[in-house]
Amino acid sequence: MTATTEHESEEYSGLRGFAARWLFTTNHKDIGTLYLLWSLLMFFVGGAMAMLIRAELFQPGMQVVDPYFYNQMITMHALVMIFGAVMPAFVGLANWMVPLMIGAPDMALPRMNNWSFWLLPFASLMLLSTVFLPGGGPSGGWTLYPPLSLQMGDAFPFLIFSIHILGISSIMGAINVIATVLNMRAPGMSLMRMPLFVWTWLITAYLLIAVMPVLAGGITMLLTDQYFGTTFFSAAGGGDPVLFQHIFWFFGHPEVYIMILPAFGILSEIIPTFARKPLFGYSSMVYATASIAFLSFIVWAHHMFTAGMPLAGELFFMYATMLIAVPTGVKVFNWVATMWRGAMTFETPMLFAVGNVILFTIGGFSGVMLAIAPADFQYHDTYFVVAHFHYVLVSGAVFSIIAAVYYWLPKWTGHMYNESVGKTHFWLSVIFLNVLFFPQHFLGLAGMNRRIPDYAVQFADWNMVSSLGGFGFGVSQLLFLYVIIRCMRGGKRAEARAWEGAKGLEWEVPSPAPHHTFDTPPRIETAGH
Amino acid sequence: MSEASGGYYVPHGSHWPIIGSIGLTTMLVGVSGYLQGADWGMWASLIGALVLLYMVFGWFTDVIKEGVQGYYNNQVDASFRWGMIWFIFSEVMFFGAFFGALLYARTLSIPWLSGADVATNQVLWDGVSLGWPTAGPSQRAEEFTPMGPWPLPTINTLILLTSGVTLTWAHHALKENRRLALIGFMWATVALGTVFIGFQAYEYYEAWTHLNLKLSTGMYGSTFFMLTGFHGLHVVIGTIMLLVIALRCMWGHFTPDGHFGFEGVAWYWHFVDVVWLGLYVFVYIL
Repeated sequence: MTATTEHESEEYSGLRGFAARWLFTTNHKDIGTLYLLWSLLMFFVGGAMAMLIRAELFQPGMQVVDPYFYNQMITMHALVMIFGAVMPAFVGLANWMVPLMIGAPDMALPRMNNWSFWLLPFASLMLLSTVFLPGGGPSGGWTLYPPLSLQMGDAFPFLIFSIHILGISSIMGAINVIATVLNMRAPGMSLMRMPLFVWTWLITAYLLIAVMPVLAGGITMLLTDQYFGTTFFSAAGGGDPVLFQHIFWFFGHPEVYIMILPAFGILSEIIPTFARKPLFGYSSMVYATASIAFLSFIVWAHHMFTAGMPLAGELFFMYATMLIAVPTGVKVFNWVATMWRGAMTFETPMLFAVGNVILFTIGGFSGVMLAIAPADFQYHDTYFVVAHFHYVLVSGAVFSIIAAVYYWLPKWTGHMYNESVGKTHFWLSVIFLNVLFFPQHFLGLAGMNRRIPDYAVQFADWNMVSSLGGFGFGVSQLLFLYVIIRCMRGGKRAEARAWEGAKGLEWEVPSPAPHHTFDTPPRIETAGH
Repeated sequence: MSEASGGYYVPHGSHWPIIGSIGLTTMLVGVSGYLQGADWGMWASLIGALVLLYMVFGWFTDVIKEGVQGYYNNQVDASFRWGMIWFIFSEVMFFGAFFGALLYARTLSIPWLSGADVATNQVLWDGVSLGWPTAGPSQRAEEFTPMGPWPLPTINTLILLTSGVTLTWAHHALKENRRLALIGFMWATVALGTVFIGFQAYEYYEAWTHLNLKLSTGMYGSTFFMLTGFHGLHVVIGTIMLLVIALRCMWGHFTPDGHFGFEGVAWYWHFVDVVWLGLYVFVYIL
């Protein structure tokens, strides 16, 4: 072990060493760090686009950008945040934490792991480059519905192929997680002893492998419709534009859970730590996660209630969607029951986790409202939908990622972050998030359409409030950047068990975690949760 | 670092992934440029494809070398197995998208256009009635002859099924250490795969020149060519993989109880086989 470490420090000196370490790495911690840093960068790129959107919507009328560029911004904001920020952040967390949590020396397929990451920057840059090509970037919304998406400029094939590469990257990452969890667990780490973050990621990886290829198939059909004369999505040839919507949402709805299940796992790690109680209902959490994953495959057309479907379809997808509230309710109940009579403290990760539970639940409730087909006829494509999915994605997925970063930063860097800045970051984020998104419920119910750069004057006041919240939320995230950089550069030394109530294997190794951990398999005698 | 210490094996760093990223991106940027009529498009895609090929060749060479030198313990072997299984599952889902499109067109969109949904029929093409196969209701749709199951697709079905059998015989020979039979059956499998590709190419030629059946022949042409095309591509890849495995059998890379390379390729070949059976039923017969 010591010999290896010395050998490495020699190997990694100088520019060649730097390249060898970060370009050729097979180390799950290095790759996890790369994923997390890249997703942080993309979070700010996508965030800058959101700032532009909110600036344009600050007042009615056209002020800041032209409508066509506005449409590109809403499309790219979604694509960058989903494929560039949230998904890679979760993969980064999985890379760092899954081997540590199950007592594995590394991921199962370390070289493929490297490739999964190193496809990501190339594909992300290819995606971003579309904005600068003649005819501009994609502007028909991230769902890429034909025939609108087929009318974009030169960037069309660049868009399609960049999504293909992102998909390949995700699939390889997911295969790696599954192989790691199924094959690399330390002796004694039985499936039902695994931490919930590992469980949720195992199920997420299954979803990824099941649906990313379907998206690849759908966008391939778009490509051949555009360039090779096929008519999958054209009624003139017997095809149907709605077919694309079915294919897209067969991917798109599980994709939603791909972005929230790991978040559930993170909450299930953090809440017991700071409530100083074991997680309530461990096995029901596992089964609830699996149920959500199963249901995610049979609810896709609730995104298409207004696209024209037979009544039986409307009813089926309505009831199936409502069913998801049951396992999700189980989870929320379990988190609350875990906190019940716990010796709770509210460090930054816990603040974000508790905020996450409450705000995600609001997003879940508006989701049940949207699931009601006749009501959805009114809500569809309004700001109510925008408010709904930002509550689940920002205060659900993004908050959980932020919580996870605060929770595990001491393990990654060996330093404690600045708690008071962290708490300030939380309170600013949570206040501005609600100022930003809550009024959008009102706007939507009052009839404001999504994906428009201008609106009737009756919507002016709440839009201004929302934009102010947006700017505040955006600026607050600079605190997050500050905390991370400060923590990477130094700070109070973190102990191996950085949090008093933390259980689990990752807290058994020193902070920072050595470059190689568990060269010999640890023996697990009790459950880590 | 690359040594197995304490029972675990973590491979050393590799430059192949980053070369693969550069190759794949260059190739797809090139194809994108080509599709938009840029002069550099074809060259960029060719260069990218060569880089990608170089990566595939180099990466597999490294892995084969390490495998032959005995670096891979049982745990690594199991990781490879899980990886291959889930890769094949992702492929199944990819084909699922195209089968789903076929199913949707035949059971929903075409009947709707033909009047099962009265409004769709009246608003879009009043009075049109379409069966299957169809090139769609458009005036521009040309006459074409559909591709029936007889004779070529049926012969191809028999060829693929036979290749599955010869491959299994080869596997048994490998496990029983009968080298001559192993190598013979492997080459027989490669030959069957190659004949399949040849027949499929001939079928495409026939379709294009004599049956007026093209990619642009409406929903029928779209699903026919995309399904059989992606399948054909997989057969080509599978045959190349079988070829490499046949050579590796001759070089003596496999032992009766250590031959994941062989088994992974065999799984892939059986997957290609099963997809074909789906095609035979849903594209050619029904």
